[in-house]
Amino acid sequence: MARKQATAVATKDPVPRFFDEMRRTDGGIRTAYREFWKLVEEIPREQLLLKQAEADALFRRVGITFLVYGEGGSTERLIPFDIVPRILDAAEWKLIEEGCIQRVKALNAFLHDIYHDQEILKAGVVPKDMVYRNPAYRPEMQGVDLARRVYSHVSGIDIVRIGPADFYVLEDNLRTPSGVSYVLENREVMMRLFPDAFGKQRVAPVGNYPERLLHNLRAVSPTDESEPTVVLLTPGRYNSAYFEHLFLAEQMGIELVEGRDLFVRDGRVWMRTTEGPVRVDVVYRRIDDDFMDPLAFRADSMLGVPGIVSVVRAGKVSLANGFGAGVADDKAMYSFVPEIIRFYLGEKPVLNNVQTWRLGEAEAREYVLEHLSELVVKEVHGSGGYGMLVGPAATKTEREAYKRRLLNDPGNFIAQPTLALSTCPTFSKAGIAPRHVDLRPYVLSGETTSVIPGGLTRVALREGSLVVNSSQGGGVKDTWVLER
Amino acid sequence: MLSRTAQNLFWLSRYIERAENTARLLDVTYRMSLLPSAASQQDQQWRPLLVIGHSAEEFAARYGQISGASVIEYMGFDAANPSSILACVAAARENARAERSAISTEMWEALNATHLELQSKKYRDFAKDGVRGFFDWVKERSHLFRGVTFGTMYRDDAFHFIRVGTFLERGDNTARILDIKYHQLLPEPRVNGEPVDYFQWGALLRSVSAFRAYRQAYHDTVDPQRIAELLILDADMPRSLLYCFEEVLNTLATLGGTRPRECQRLAGEIHASLKFGRIDRIVAGGLHDFLNGFLVRSNRLAAQLQRDFMMSLQLD
Repeated sequence: MARKQATAVATKDPVPRFFDEMRRTDGGIRTAYREFWKLVEEIPREQLLLKQAEADALFRRVGITFLVYGEGGSTERLIPFDIVPRILDAAEWKLIEEGCIQRVKALNAFLHDIYHDQEILKAGVVPKDMVYRNPAYRPEMQGVDLARRVYSHVSGIDIVRIGPADFYVLEDNLRTPSGVSYVLENREVMMRLFPDAFGKQRVAPVGNYPERLLHNLRAVSPTDESEPTVVLLTPGRYNSAYFEHLFLAEQMGIELVEGRDLFVRDGRVWMRTTEGPVRVDVVYRRIDDDFMDPLAFRADSMLGVPGIVSVVRAGKVSLANGFGAGVADDKAMYSFVPEIIRFYLGEKPVLNNVQTWRLGEAEAREYVLEHLSELVVKEVHGSGGYGMLVGPAATKTEREAYKRRLLNDPGNFIAQPTLALSTCPTFSKAGIAPRHVDLRPYVLSGETTSVIPGGLTRVALREGSLVVNSSQGGGVKDTWVLER
Repeated sequence: MLSRTAQNLFWLSRYIERAENTARLLDVTYRMSLLPSAASQQDQQWRPLLVIGHSAEEFAARYGQISGASVIEYMGFDAANPSSILACVAAARENARAERSAISTEMWEALNATHLELQSKKYRDFAKDGVRGFFDWVKERSHLFRGVTFGTMYRDDAFHFIRVGTFLERGDNTARILDIKYHQLLPEPRVNGEPVDYFQWGALLRSVSAFRAYRQAYHDTVDPQRIAELLILDADMPRSLLYCFEEVLNTLATLGGTRPRECQRLAGEIHASLKFGRIDRIVAGGLHDFLNGFLVRSNRLAAQLQRDFMMSLQLD
């Protein structure tokens, strides 16, 4: 699964004090976990081992795999699944839900403004350069009206927790966030493994996600026909998230198409079928902007649909997510999100932003260079944890080398403090022990803006590790939201 | 349904049918080559298989002299030969992988297992135990796939495209087998009723699973013209050209919907020539020319299918 890496490293505190989501400091169990813990304590260890094995077998059978690229081609792997759920109570979830909806509403308003009147630039809240020099900015979209003014129809907000009510957003993913198929499959597996746990408390269901997604996609159709044609556009079966594309298309009952299945004629997008051409109204695309239209963007792309940009501009097809949404989700723009929320909604941000120093600014640069050993430094457009300096973990030589790189183009870097990620009980060889986690809820926008209750919890399975990436020993958990 | 899906499924079934028929062709040639009358004519026995596949030159460049062993290796196990059994199965599996949502899980599993097992097979493993076991295995895997398709697949357009591919390919293959063997076994014009080599003709019938059918249909000794009649014009013989085109015609009627399509007309034309054809006329006019004409028309139909269902580039 291609996901960006969480900025998450140990603090320099000799005795790290991480927030434990299940155990209070006095050893008691927090309310959210009480029922589940009672149940688990009664299950002998051997039986838990059996359940873990059963879960692995189920995932293998369903075929939820991701591709790992290596020498001599790619192989299909399973992401490790942990049978202990991450549980949030109603109050905790309310905070996350409100915060995510607020953020995505503000970001969609921001994108509409950027591609129209640019009030926020005129007001000087966001510097013009941040937009115009941003490679994700699409001048082609200037002045183009999108259905319901939605740019990011599916958004993934990456969140970490460091205290009882301290949730921090690490980043916003407004382009083509993946991973939601795991949310649905994880729940299926958990309901098989622990039916009693679901009987004893009200866990908010997530299974209607595809239904809600389809509903929102239909709501942004440019035509007023009651049955718009919606398709899911995939780069194809060699893409690492192909199984998710297949899964979602099947669940929604829509065609899974590749670029070559679509074409543009008479100002419309059409799909080649055995019954002849069929008009397409909404394209839920899982291909990056750059590859979507060889006539407008990368000319060498074989994945896209030549001419589709012109149809979008004419308002005859809707793309989800829209072109140019990425201008609002890079690491430098991230630092402006609290201002963006205040500007468009006039509200106080519900979720915290991690303090961010933009190294293009002299004062910030000076501070960061002095405190390099305490901070995490990232490239503005980097992802997947590449090209990143983790100050506390780096050697002096590494820091010096990074400093030279940074000074070459300081505007391309940001720095953040290290965060103490919370832990969740996790099944390990030694029994159930705390491991660090993050959370990605999925926000849908269209007719309304809403979040499915839960999301993808990623867990660093190795003891002490703060890296939750699946490529580096990370796994996933089901996320339960208790309805009361 | 998507044109690409139709195309992938159509070819998926053609590849599997082709793999099976290649095994049948190799099998009958192998059997015939073991008979005393054929022992000294290795080249004559095996060359037509390469000629009809237009691969004699490529074969000569890579393998040199023609022998049973080298032709079986080339047509069975050579990954560089796109029409080898190995390559056909791999191509079918690749198409199935692209269309996993259109076929049943069991179909995917049957194909995937066949592919994986074939990857681990080598010609030399069979050479010592008898290569017939390999041909039987290929046929069994093809039977399994067809049976699973029939038993588990939803009867939608995807299913019908698979059926069209199967029968178009099978008709093509039966015509080729008959063309090669008929003229090998009967080089000169002969007088009706003259005795022929029972074992050679019996092997041809067995290669298309028609030995018992022949006995039931004619209750008589083996006669070349009747064999041709059984394999071309018999509506109840599941590998005959007529049977294949009954299936093609019916399936196209289901797929066609309300629009009249050129492919239906072409299929109807071929079907009529088989349904109302007479074997004595066909033989008198030259069996080779007839079969060749059939192959040309069958190819034209396949190309029209692509135009009617799978490219649809024009707006109506």
